[in-house]
Amino acid sequence: MHFDVTIIGAGITGSAIAFELSKYQLKVAVLEKENDVSMKTTKANSGIIHAGYDPKPGSLMARLNVEGSQLTHDLYPLLNFHYKQIGSLVIGSTEEEHQVINDLFERGLKNGVKDLHILKTSAEVHQYDHNLASNIDYALYAPTAGIISPWELCLALAYTATINGVDFILNCEVKDITKNDKGFLISTSKGNYESTYVINCAGTHADDIYKLVLKDRKNDSFTILPCKGEYYLLDKDQGSLMNHVIFQTPTKLGKGVLVSPTVHGNLIVGPNADYEDATKDDTCTLQTSLDFVKASSLKSSANLFFGANIRNFSGIRATLKDQDDFLIEESKIVPHFINFAGIKSPGLSCGPAFGKEAIRLLEKAGLNFVEKKEFHYYRLPTFFSNMTLEEKKQAIISNPLYGQVICRCETVTEAEIINAINAPIGATTIDGIKRRTNAGMGRCQGGFCGPKVFQLLMDELKLNYDQVYQDRDGSEVVVCKTKGEK
Amino acid sequence: MENRDLVIIGGGPAGLAAGYGAYKAGVKDILLIERDNTLGGILNQCIHNGFGLHRFKEELTGPEYASRYEEMVKETNIEVRSNTMAIDLSDDKVITVVSSKRGLEQIKAKAVILAMGCRERSRGAISTPGARVSGIFTAGAAQKYCNIDGYLVGKRIVILGSGDIGLIMARRMTLEGAKVLADVELCPYSNGLNRNIAQCLNDFNIPLYLSYTVTDIIADEDNKRVKQVVISKVDEKKKVIPGTEIAFDCDTLLLSVGLIPENELSKKAGIELDSRTKGPLVYDNLETDKEGIFACGNVLQVHDLVDNVSMEGERAGKNAAEYLSKGERNASLIKTIPGSGIGYVCPQYIRKDSLKDDVDIFFRVRVPSSNVRLVLEKNGKEFFSIPKIKVVPSEMESIRIKKEMLPDASEITLSLKENK
Repeated sequence: MHFDVTIIGAGITGSAIAFELSKYQLKVAVLEKENDVSMKTTKANSGIIHAGYDPKPGSLMARLNVEGSQLTHDLYPLLNFHYKQIGSLVIGSTEEEHQVINDLFERGLKNGVKDLHILKTSAEVHQYDHNLASNIDYALYAPTAGIISPWELCLALAYTATINGVDFILNCEVKDITKNDKGFLISTSKGNYESTYVINCAGTHADDIYKLVLKDRKNDSFTILPCKGEYYLLDKDQGSLMNHVIFQTPTKLGKGVLVSPTVHGNLIVGPNADYEDATKDDTCTLQTSLDFVKASSLKSSANLFFGANIRNFSGIRATLKDQDDFLIEESKIVPHFINFAGIKSPGLSCGPAFGKEAIRLLEKAGLNFVEKKEFHYYRLPTFFSNMTLEEKKQAIISNPLYGQVICRCETVTEAEIINAINAPIGATTIDGIKRRTNAGMGRCQGGFCGPKVFQLLMDELKLNYDQVYQDRDGSEVVVCKTKGEK
Repeated sequence: MENRDLVIIGGGPAGLAAGYGAYKAGVKDILLIERDNTLGGILNQCIHNGFGLHRFKEELTGPEYASRYEEMVKETNIEVRSNTMAIDLSDDKVITVVSSKRGLEQIKAKAVILAMGCRERSRGAISTPGARVSGIFTAGAAQKYCNIDGYLVGKRIVILGSGDIGLIMARRMTLEGAKVLADVELCPYSNGLNRNIAQCLNDFNIPLYLSYTVTDIIADEDNKRVKQVVISKVDEKKKVIPGTEIAFDCDTLLLSVGLIPENELSKKAGIELDSRTKGPLVYDNLETDKEGIFACGNVLQVHDLVDNVSMEGERAGKNAAEYLSKGERNASLIKTIPGSGIGYVCPQYIRKDSLKDDVDIFFRVRVPSSNVRLVLEKNGKEFFSIPKIKVVPSEMESIRIKKEMLPDASEITLSLKENK
């Protein structure tokens, strides 16, 4: 099969590019190694849309962050992912920290971040967030910062791309890429594909993918250093502890640990930055890291209550060796091969801007863009739990399965789970259902709804028990039938 | 809006007993809301025996015990709505429910009994580090897969926690052909009933590692499933002692690390909760701080015997009936306080003037103790005590105070003291 553009990786970067390309008359494919979109860094991060004061002025990060956060804001009413512009505070208490905050303010102005201002007294700071530690007396307030469900943004972009003709090919691991006269020959675990252009959005594996096409021309290669960050997610009764995203003042040692409400009403605390123990795919959590996150966060607020923790997780950042900016460019050695590499924070905040940037690079590389006559946005369904009483009433009348609650912690109904399975890129796993509906996201962590979701997946997708996975392909939930069952 | 005299939220053992108790006490108009398609709640998956020795003076399985109460309720005029989930409760007793059959409805009740039960603490609650892969379940979820759905969640199993469900599942998984390698308990004593330690671990030669905890979970090469669970010894402050690691090759980790009353609806109604029980603060008649809203069973305090749940449920039903006929009880309050050695007490308040019977105070001790005295004090002065040969945290205890013995005081303290 021949495509005009093939994107490797269906995280936020690949999905955003697919979304943008689906507006044009092009044949586009996204090849994804995992069994769902949003399976790596995109699903495991802080879920923050940064205002854009942090990146160095003039950097790609600065430009795409400011552009991306505005685009995300504009897409929100069209795609209906969970997003709230709650603003952020960078907090400080020492002279040194005050200076860093002043510098960030200056940077923000240069980067074009709107409405920044500095809170200069303890009273003012605590008026914004009264649970902050009492010694905090200075803060940078960025009202345009927001919180988002990263996997929902990714899903909404990928769904939209799909209904506008992009092929998302899942469980498709790229094994080799060869350049020939017609373009690229991509061999994968699902067979061969041809493509005129290739865009590498492979996250922590972007260097491995690039090496496939470079062959022996290693001098242009780059190296991704995985950097692990670990988190606590606290129960919803803690979600109102903070009103804003709370960042500590960045130091040479790192950006500090953040505390923030999430769009689903929980409180997220993290991450650390661990290069030493990190590998590209291992998202285990370490006691030492969790202890570090806990101890560091308590400097922001002594009122954090870790007894309300419902989940720990970790995400892997794709950090470039020897470069603190994204590496986004057409390969100097392999024409028509475009790298989106080193997409770490503020990668999520750039999201939709990656799509715009891809268009600019593809145009420069000679691709002709003709807009489609019709383009449709895929609006994510509103969660039953977010509906008004009247909307709930109407939903059950139109589909009685809305009256059948499956996940009691998050009030997720059978209708929503069936819809998730039948979405443009349908959920096929228990965690796939979780990302689309929130079932299993709550305080019991799927203890009650897990077996029910398991059964619904078997029924809807006509699967055998050993074909229902928790998450990655092969991650079986149950291993055999009991003695009495045939 | 539909109007009802009494609405009971939850059709497990507590709700069924509450309905039965209220009916017997003369309430004519009772609606019972159950989110599942069957009554009986968690009892349906507890297919082992040992239930009913107190309530029915015979040994029943969980489903048998549930069906006894279902039969009793069937013979009343209690209306049961199953597959119906209460999604909201207001302090003026308006309940919002949804079901496929009847859609969204709001019901105004004169009295409400909360009987939503509890949920299991999960891995997050104890922040167990390690791989995040499949093969990690709460014991109750594994029990549901096994006993209701007919699937085994694993073949080589380590269990963390010695709560009763974990112990029961150690035996159950063994009988189904799985190998249970270890039960690991953070405390220096078991948190399950003694009979379950004997019948579920000892009888099957399953080792119990006291003062140990899980310190790492190792994934297989593909990062898909549990491959190994590492446990370590802890000191008396429950801090991990380095160098004491023991690794088990296994595919599954079951968690039995405690239960938490499920009070999301109670919170919506603004009911004040006890930070110790995690259930509502109640008066001696099981009424919460919101007039006419009662609580019973595991939503109030986590029980170890269903028989006690039933008795508490029947009591809540009877008290709700009394409330419906007589209205609010105004009385001077005595606050009950857990003193040294006592984890919690329930009820948290006694309305002395309107007390008709003696009052039972339920509690759990903090650590296992023998040859002790349970002492009730007011203003630091003892007014009642009883000796106890042995008390353990895993078994709920109670002490009965005769009405006439209650002092004129605004608070009384229950403590555990050495028996000299």
